Amino acid sequence: MKYLFTILAGAMFAVGITIGGMTVPSKVLNFLDVTGNWDPSLMLVMVGAIGVYAVMFYLIMPKMEKPLFDEKFKLPTKSNIDLPLILGAATFGAGWGVGGFCPGAALTSSLLLDTSVLVFILFMIVGMYGAMFLQPLLAKK
Amino acid sequence: MVEFEVVKPLVGGMLMGCSAAILMLTRGRIAGMSGIFEGLLRPKSGDTLWRVLFILGLSAGGLVMVEILPERFNFETGRSVGMMALAGVLVGVGVHFGSGCTSGHGICGISRLSVRSMVAVPTFMGVGAVVVWGINHFQLGGVL
Repeated sequence: MKYLFTILAGAMFAVGITIGGMTVPSKVLNFLDVTGNWDPSLMLVMVGAIGVYAVMFYLIMPKMEKPLFDEKFKLPTKSNIDLPLILGAATFGAGWGVGGFCPGAALTSSLLLDTSVLVFILFMIVGMYGAMFLQPLLAKK
Repeated sequence: MVEFEVVKPLVGGMLMGCSAAILMLTRGRIAGMSGIFEGLLRPKSGDTLWRVLFILGLSAGGLVMVEILPERFNFETGRSVGMMALAGVLVGVGVHFGSGCTSGHGICGISRLSVRSMVAVPTFMGVGAVVVWGINHFQLGGVL
């Protein structure tokens, strides 16, 4: 049952991100193009998603001691604003603006085997491995 | 002119919120796409299957949706393959150090009023906007 729910959650995310329009990189680029052909509609994707998730987080989750199929809720523990967060978010934003794809949209589109999507995912993997390799070296300094 | 949509983005966003809520209520996990995916690159025992299943559902969902809404899979941007490679590297490095992307920070983090996410989201949107302006202004969409 828990396997089914997880697959279902993935599929539902795919349906949502597609209907929302984030799998269309030109639409994402227009959303980011605030000084040109600005298309603010993707802001509404966030509004819809946050609305539902906030209800879950503040009204349903507090009534549960633990998730249905796991021992505990695993929430992020970091709370400080540090340089890796800011530089990392900035770097992600730059990549988002270059390609128009975020990881969720690219993975949703992956099985269509489009060259530009596959190149993006392949090099995202390169970037992730590169960052994992770099992190301990940077931490020493 | 770009078409401004209201209902579809709202409905799509609500479905993403539902998906993220299901993952939290059943597995106790944040629905951050980059984090779920990156966890597969350095697998830990007992922490892999749920990631595989989620991404399986996600990518299979895309295959179904292309039959229903083919116009939502128009990947034409005028960006060259080299630029897509650059985009991939920047996104991969950025989400690792920045601890998340549009889903983990943008949906889950903002909803939880996480201070880190409230810094991350305007940062990546702001830099994204500057980069898009630069690429359009200097016509750099195909330089690589």
